[in-house]
Amino acid sequence: MNLSARINELTKIYELKGETVHALRGVTFDVPEGDYIAIMGPSGSGKSTLLNLLGCLDRPTAGSFYLGDTNVAQMNDYELSRIRATRLGFVFQSYNLIPQLSVVENIEVPLYYQGKVNSKSRRRCVELAAMVGLEDRLNHRPTQLSGGQQQRVAIARSLVNDPYFILADEATGNLDSVTTDEILQLFNRLNDEGRTIVMVTHEDEVAAHAKRIIRLRDGLIQTDERCSGFAPSS
Amino acid sequence: MFWIRTFILGIKSLLIHPMRSSLTVLGIFIGVASVIWLVAIGEGISQQAQRQIEGLGAENIIIRSIKPPSEMTAGFRGAIPYGVTRDDFDTLVATIPTIKSALPIREIRRRISYGPRDPADGRLVGCTPDYREVTMLQVDEGRFIEPSDIANKKSHCVLAAELAASLFPYEDPIGKSVYLAEHKLFFLVVGVMKRRGPTAAIGGSLAAQDFSQDVYVPITTLEQLIGDFVIRRTGSTFETEKVELNQITLRIDGIKNVRSTAKLVRRTLGLRAEDEEEEDEAGPVRRGRNDVAVVVPEELLEQARVTRLMFMVLMGLIAAISLLVGGIGIMNIMLATVTERTKEIGVRRALGATRFHIIAQFLIETISLSVVGGLCGVIAGVFCPMVVRNLRMFVDHMWPDILAKMPAVIQDVTPIVVRDSIPVAFGISVAVGVLFGIYPAIRAAYMDPIEALRHE
Repeated sequence: MNLSARINELTKIYELKGETVHALRGVTFDVPEGDYIAIMGPSGSGKSTLLNLLGCLDRPTAGSFYLGDTNVAQMNDYELSRIRATRLGFVFQSYNLIPQLSVVENIEVPLYYQGKVNSKSRRRCVELAAMVGLEDRLNHRPTQLSGGQQQRVAIARSLVNDPYFILADEATGNLDSVTTDEILQLFNRLNDEGRTIVMVTHEDEVAAHAKRIIRLRDGLIQTDERCSGFAPSS
Repeated sequence: MFWIRTFILGIKSLLIHPMRSSLTVLGIFIGVASVIWLVAIGEGISQQAQRQIEGLGAENIIIRSIKPPSEMTAGFRGAIPYGVTRDDFDTLVATIPTIKSALPIREIRRRISYGPRDPADGRLVGCTPDYREVTMLQVDEGRFIEPSDIANKKSHCVLAAELAASLFPYEDPIGKSVYLAEHKLFFLVVGVMKRRGPTAAIGGSLAAQDFSQDVYVPITTLEQLIGDFVIRRTGSTFETEKVELNQITLRIDGIKNVRSTAKLVRRTLGLRAEDEEEEDEAGPVRRGRNDVAVVVPEELLEQARVTRLMFMVLMGLIAAISLLVGGIGIMNIMLATVTERTKEIGVRRALGATRFHIIAQFLIETISLSVVGGLCGVIAGVFCPMVVRNLRMFVDHMWPDILAKMPAVIQDVTPIVVRDSIPVAFGISVAVGVLFGIYPAIRAAYMDPIEALRHE
C-alpha cells in the first residue's frame, strides 16, 4: 500500500521563557493512502504541535516526516509554503475563509499561490463547489453563508490542489449537531472516494467516524488502534 | 495573472474600509498637489521677477545718482552737488569701446498745467530719442523726442498716457502747450505715449518705476531752461542740490561684454565692485564715492536665478514634509491593517502563500493608495492656475480691500505648472507608497503562521 505520509521519531522541543517544553518526544506512525485517522488527546498532549508539523507550518526538532517521497522535516520557509500550496489541504475549526472573496475565489486560493489560476482551474473550483452542494452559491461572500456552508467551502478548498491528505483541525467544533453530522458524512464520502483524512478532535463521537484513532499523551503515542466499530454513514 | 489578481484583491481589501482608505489617499493627495502647486507658484513668481528684470534690458547697465545721506552733507553751505555728471557721461562714452549707445536722463518733479484747470504732478524727464527704445515705451499719438529736438533745444514734450488724460480730459493734447508755473515755461505737446505698468525698482530708487506721470523733454532743453539746481523747501529752510544727470543707461554690444564693461564702468566712476579686492592700484580711483549706483540687470538676472533656486528648494522642502506626513499616514494605516488581518495572513500562509506573496499583497495595497492619491494630486496640480485665478477673482469680489493691501506679487501672480514637477511628484508619491508600505508588509510576511492562525 502506498503511503501518504510517514512520520518517524518526530520530536519537538520549545524554549519558552527559558523553560524547555518537550511537546513531542518521538512520535512514529504511517499514514497509508485512503486512511481516515483521528488524532485525540487531552490539552498539553502535543496534539496541536503534531498538527502544526503535519500541516508543514512548523519544523520538528528531530525526526523525519515524509510526504510521499519527500522529507519535509528540514525544509525552509519558502519550500514549506510551496508544499502547503501544492500538496496539503487544511480545514479549520473557524472555517477561515477570506471575507473579501466569493465562494469560488476562496476555493481557488491555493491554486492562486501555485500560480495555476486559469479558466480550467476555475471550472475545477466550480465542480468542487458543486460536489459539496454549493453550486448555487458560487458568488456569495462567506458572511452570506451559514457555518455549515462555510465549512463545506473550506473542505472544497482543501481538495482543490489534490492533497496528500486533508488536515482537519476540530472541523466540527463550531457546528451544531445536525451540521456536524452533515460535515462528517461529507468526510466519510470523501474517504470512500479514496481521500486520506487526518483529523484532530477531542470529541469521541466525531472520532468514531474515523477508521483509526491515535491517542497522544505527554508527547507520545499512547494508543494507535483501528476502529472495530467503524461508524456507518447514517 | 498573479499581479492582476493580487491587484484586484488589494482593491477589494481597501474597499472594506472606504473611509479609512480615502483618508489615507487624501494624505498623499495633499502631498502631491502641494508639490505641484508650490513649484508652480514659485515658478510664476520667479518668471514674473525675471520678466521685470528683462524689461530693464539684459544688455543694459544703469548708472543712477543717489542722494548722499543727510549726515554727510550736514553743514554744507550752498548747493549740494552729487550724482553722475555730464563729464562722467563724456568720459564713459569716450573711453569704453564696448558701449553701443549711452542714454543720459535727468528727472525733475514739477507741477504741470494746461489752461485754467488745476495743475497736475508731473515728472519732467530730460532724455534723448533712445529713451523710448531702452524703456520699451510705445508712442500712442504723435511722435517721441527726435534728434532735431535735441540739437535745436526745442521746447517740445511728450506726455505719458495717464498724465495726458488728466490734463486734457476733453481735447486732443497734440499741438497744445502745457505750462510749468515754477519756471514760467511753455512746452508744446508733440506726442502721447501708450499706457505702461510700473516696473520693478531700479537701483537707488526703492519705488517701482512708474511711467504714468512722465513728461518727456529733450535733455538739452531741460539743461538750458531749467538747469542743474534743484531747490527744495523743507520746513522753513531751503535745500539746494546740484544734479547734472539722474541716470545714464548704457547699452553694451553683446551680453557677454556686460560684466566686464560693468567693472570698467565702476572703475571709471571711482566705485569699487563688490567682488574686487581693496588694493591700491595705479589709476584715478576716487574713494568714498557714494552718490552713484551701478545696476546691472544681467547680474540681477543671475541673482534672480539663485533666488528662484532657493525658493524652489524651500518649496520643495515644504512639499516633501507634507509627502512625508502622507507617507506616515499610509504606514500607520497599513500597520493597523496588518494587525487587523493577522488571521487572514495566517490562513493565506497555511494555504501556501510564501512570504513574497504576502509582501506583494500588502505592497500592492499601499502602492494603490499612493498611486490613487498621486493621480488625484496631479489632476489638482494641473488645475492650479485656474483655481488661483478663480480664487483671486472670488476674493476680489468678496473682500476687495484685502486683495488691494496685498503686495503686487501676490495680486498678479500666475502659477506656471512646471512640466517636470508632475512626473516627479507622482514618482515621489509611488516611492512614498513603497517606502512606507515595505515595513508593514515585511512585518506581515515574517509573522509566525501558527501564531497568526491562532490570532483572533
